[in-house]
Amino acid sequence: MELSRLQQRSENEWWIAPHGKMRVPAVIFATEPLIRDMDEKVYEQVTNVATLPGIVKASYAMPDAHWGYGFPIGGVAAFDADKDGVISAGGVGFDISCGVRTLLTGLTLEKIQPVKDKLADLLYRNIPAGVGSRGKLSLNEKEMNSMLTGGAQWAVKQGYGTVADLQRVEENGCIPGAHPHEVSDRAKKRQREEMGTLGSGNHYLEVQHVTKIVDRDIAAAFGLSQGAIVLSIHCGSRGLGHQIGTEFLTRMAEAASQHGIDLPDRELACAPINSPVGEAYLGAMRGAINCALANRQIITHLVRQAFEEIFPQIGLPLLFDVSHNTCKVEEHAVAGKRMRLFVHRKGATRAFGPGHEAVPESLRAVGQPVLIGGTMGTASYVLAGTNQGMDLAFGSACHGAGRSMSRHQALRQWRGSEVVQNLASHGVLIRSRSMRGVAEEAPGAYKDVSAVVEAADHAGLAKTVARLEPVICIKG
Amino acid sequence: MSECRWELLPHGADIGVRGLGRTKAEAFEQAAVALTAVITEPASVAPNECVEISCAASDDELLLVNWLNALVYEMATRKMLFGRYEVRIEGSQLFGKAWGEPIDEKKHELGVEVKGATCTELKVAIDPDGGWTAQCVVDV
Repeated sequence: MELSRLQQRSENEWWIAPHGKMRVPAVIFATEPLIRDMDEKVYEQVTNVATLPGIVKASYAMPDAHWGYGFPIGGVAAFDADKDGVISAGGVGFDISCGVRTLLTGLTLEKIQPVKDKLADLLYRNIPAGVGSRGKLSLNEKEMNSMLTGGAQWAVKQGYGTVADLQRVEENGCIPGAHPHEVSDRAKKRQREEMGTLGSGNHYLEVQHVTKIVDRDIAAAFGLSQGAIVLSIHCGSRGLGHQIGTEFLTRMAEAASQHGIDLPDRELACAPINSPVGEAYLGAMRGAINCALANRQIITHLVRQAFEEIFPQIGLPLLFDVSHNTCKVEEHAVAGKRMRLFVHRKGATRAFGPGHEAVPESLRAVGQPVLIGGTMGTASYVLAGTNQGMDLAFGSACHGAGRSMSRHQALRQWRGSEVVQNLASHGVLIRSRSMRGVAEEAPGAYKDVSAVVEAADHAGLAKTVARLEPVICIKG
Repeated sequence: MSECRWELLPHGADIGVRGLGRTKAEAFEQAAVALTAVITEPASVAPNECVEISCAASDDELLLVNWLNALVYEMATRKMLFGRYEVRIEGSQLFGKAWGEPIDEKKHELGVEVKGATCTELKVAIDPDGGWTAQCVVDV
């Protein structure tokens, strides 16, 4: 991205003053090198979002921002329903409530080493992944509707996991206001056999070890220590979310023109929050959020089954579960006033600071865990929300490394089997049905996750707590 | 315009599909082959079963998005891959046929599943040489 059009406010904060149809400024949080590497499309998209009705304060881009659909991936924007504010399917994304869940194992790297191959095989066998994979349960209409309104709470009632798990999931595992009747039959049909599946692409299941503790006190509160083994699951709402995203993109494109909303880009399709299409989308999207939470809850159960074959009675409690493609109703202070806002986070993680009532009581003193997924060859990070971040970008942070190379280019550059061998020589076991998928996801095709995390930390969006490196990675 | 063909377009996080043809319908058929190529090698898919698909839209570009999304849906719910397509377009209506077979991971080298077709880089137009281009980015 060309720097001359940006005004630097601090080392990690860049502003674009309102111009043209922009109603508010656009703000990008990143270092100068990250900004230089960003696609020009991020500039276009973050300023386009600033033109939407009812937007509050600013249109934000996180340090991992890249070219998305209407909204940049790594985009955050909040809207006021009382000021004709809008809701946008593109501002949430196709994979609604895609997110990361991290489990604590109580094991160390030394304990895992002798059984690494066996554990990798067990996880690979027990968790369905990849194109066309089927889950182990199939839902009928009634069960589907219960799942859509109940989320992870529904999954626990079905015997997947425990009530204690729910305390460590955003919204206690169930977002209210889901309306199954707003979810089309096609979306439900697409999901029928996909519960408890990982998906493909950048989704993964990883056994990781803690290689660095940055903040000792917060790490202790999160249950993390040097050398500890954790397990992270990255996936979303599967076919149901994809279908809802697809259908509402078209419906919102029509709704926007009916409501006289001038869209600079068709993909920015949106509808007033207080409109039939806006309300229908909210009801359907919340169903998809619950679907993603239920999906990660079921996968958690399958992970526990696999671990128990080697480590009987191992508990695997949750560190936390965060979603990064959502629109949620939240209260925020704006110019000294409390406002009820519809906060879109597209490829961005909620990162609430210490003391916030939405943070589970056991973690409230230190802030919400922010789980940042990296690549299978580099690292992931655990951060904590800050009070400063609440003012900076409605309590939001980055979500991952972001690609630096297209899938096409990656396929020309690497062979999947070579990537697997290379990672094995560095102690990382890969299990995947798709060598082509592994090549497309090669670590070299991604930006440096450490630079992204450092920028988020230095900007004050969140605080770095620990670095995790992969030991086993299951890819779709 | 000498021949029908398809190609994949580089995109930061996802991938673009492009079909070129002598007619709009041929360009739509080729864009569908490109969609298959995101998931697997189209030539590896045997045309054993035929599925009929129809869709409609207010303009050509949204018709392409709806056509590709209909294919994504049929492949996802039938757990099938399609490798050959036939399209007829009458006004705002599309009548399509897709031939394929069930996914077999031993036979098909699988890449990523497609979540949906998008309006990004969306274009359905006549080229200067008289041929048609139909393209968009798909989310994977």
